[in-house]
Amino acid sequence: MTVTDVRKDPEQCTLTIINEFDASVEQVWQMWADPRLLERWWGPPAYPATVVQHDLHPGGKVTYFMTSPEGDQYHGYWNVVAVDAPHSLELLDGFADGEGNANPDMPNTGTSVSISAVDGRTRMVLRSTFSSPEAMAQLMQMGMEEGIQLALGQIDALLAG
Amino acid sequence: MLFYNRMVVDDLVFHALSDGTRRDILAAVLEREQSVSELARRYPMSFAAVQKHVAVLERARLVRKRKAGREQLVTGDIDTLRRSFDLLTQFETIWRQRLDRFGEVLADTITHDDTTHDDTTHRHDTRHGRTGATR
Repeated sequence: MTVTDVRKDPEQCTLTIINEFDASVEQVWQMWADPRLLERWWGPPAYPATVVQHDLHPGGKVTYFMTSPEGDQYHGYWNVVAVDAPHSLELLDGFADGEGNANPDMPNTGTSVSISAVDGRTRMVLRSTFSSPEAMAQLMQMGMEEGIQLALGQIDALLAG
Repeated sequence: MLFYNRMVVDDLVFHALSDGTRRDILAAVLEREQSVSELARRYPMSFAAVQKHVAVLERARLVRKRKAGREQLVTGDIDTLRRSFDLLTQFETIWRQRLDRFGEVLADTITHDDTTHDDTTHRHDTRHGRTGATR
């Protein structure tokens, strides 16, 4: 467990998670900057992610899809707002259609990442900002499905092991 | 279906909480039970307007109303409020799980870096990613 602190601000619809890793700032940054690494942790085990486009520059886009156990694909995108490698990244994370175009019916989430060296370790502060309480409730539906699938995936893994 | 009903209630909760007067009314009735007319005296608005706000809170199940003579008494329902704050906790759970994988993959790349110096040019196929994340 790498999480050292969690702050929830229901009024501002903001979730802040602070993590520390025994790794360098550059190594932690690569987890976001290298699409092959990103796809190993972004999706839950039962829904592995495949990164299609990965342009980590302001105004750039990252597109990906997650594949369900049944073979269905769920597409998502990041609109890259700001990048200061290897220290910070700001993006809007949303749902997309098969071509990677934003789905206007689903709210997007603002995500900011900041990575810094602290006492020989690397701290990563992750902040998710939801556009409104309604958006948060709508996203929860997707999130809960992800959580359920994740739990199912873990049960599968246990049974297989 | 239960899940769907829950979603509808959560939407109502957020709508109810999106208004400053309603948040204030809720805070007041969480402290102690109050009548609608007592609440109406707190705000520079009509009895009917306050009653409407109370109705929105009631639909979201944030407050309960009971009759006492000609008065309508309003109490806060702490459980519903707590549940709405649980939403952030659910997102926290998703991120914690994602960050567990993040930590595992990171640890894996560091061990990898120690043995070889071939990093980003090395191409993993997605199946590899899947096994890495599942273990």
